Amino acid sequence: MFNNLNLGFKLALLLCIGLLSSPVFATIDVYQFNSDQDRMRFQTLTTELRCPKCQNQNLADSNAPIAQDLRTKIHSMLTEKRSDQEIIDYMIARYGDFVLYQPRMDTKTYILWFGPAALLIIGVGVVFWISRKNTEQATTTPIEVINLDAQQQQQLAELLNDKGNSAP
Amino acid sequence: MRRFILFVPLVLFIALGYFLWKGLSLDPNAMPSALIGQPFPQFKQPSLENPEQILTNADFQGKPLLVNVWATWCPSCREEHPDLVALAKQNKLAIIGINYKDERPAAQQWIRELGNPYLFNIFDEQGMLGLDLGVFGAPENYLVDAQGIVRYRHVGPITAEAWTEMLRIANVQ
Repeated sequence: MFNNLNLGFKLALLLCIGLLSSPVFATIDVYQFNSDQDRMRFQTLTTELRCPKCQNQNLADSNAPIAQDLRTKIHSMLTEKRSDQEIIDYMIARYGDFVLYQPRMDTKTYILWFGPAALLIIGVGVVFWISRKNTEQATTTPIEVINLDAQQQQQLAELLNDKGNSAP
Repeated sequence: MRRFILFVPLVLFIALGYFLWKGLSLDPNAMPSALIGQPFPQFKQPSLENPEQILTNADFQGKPLLVNVWATWCPSCREEHPDLVALAKQNKLAIIGINYKDERPAAQQWIRELGNPYLFNIFDEQGMLGLDLGVFGAPENYLVDAQGIVRYRHVGPITAEAWTEMLRIANVQ
């Protein structure tokens, strides 16, 4: 079907295809993996670990030389069939808990893990307490304030009776 | 009781203000080393001065050392270098260099031109010793005690405060 197209057009088409494909190859071809599973693990680990130099980027996003070194190290550890936990422990041994975007659970990080839930419970408690106080006020105080004497009570009774009688 | 509740927002505001104000004076780059209190990593690397000579932990003979991580590609190292030369002349603490991810001829030339404060230099071409040390950029300075334990870390060019602190920890007058 391309026979009737001129050569120039074919070349232009080829160039366009080339432009589309080059950036994809650039990111994948840096590391060779034994399996797709390893590739997935590499991607997960490099996004979950923080670059020690740039601090607000993970290892996958950072172009710092140290991030490149650490990516290479993770890749070589994956090739050596090390577990995710071994790789993470390796990083923590060198750069401390700082490299983890997801902090570990220990006595130092309880406040991080349970703080939000505790604040939520306290908040719900305060709201509940305030609303209960308000309803208490609304229901109890009016009855206490209005003290009807005998005459007023009689009037009230009459009004109620009157209304009751005249109702259809 | 009700009056006290009115002060709760003020107290919270003061507490928040205190933490924010405290945050202003914190250095986000100051990272405690995971290696403090741990032995200096095992290494077996050539010397910068002589490629034939292999250096190991055995070359850290029983005295406290300042280990300086440097490279010729690092502008702050050039700024730091005269200070290291001056500190070496005080003869209080021996200085060992780790030439980190560098080129040998350039590093040798650097030492010839700018002076040599180092007892010797470990040539860490691949940066693997740096990786084991938890280095994330040059320059960095470590104090290793006579038992080979890392006792102090200072990220960035050596400062008077860091030097004083190192002398205090190393117990050198």
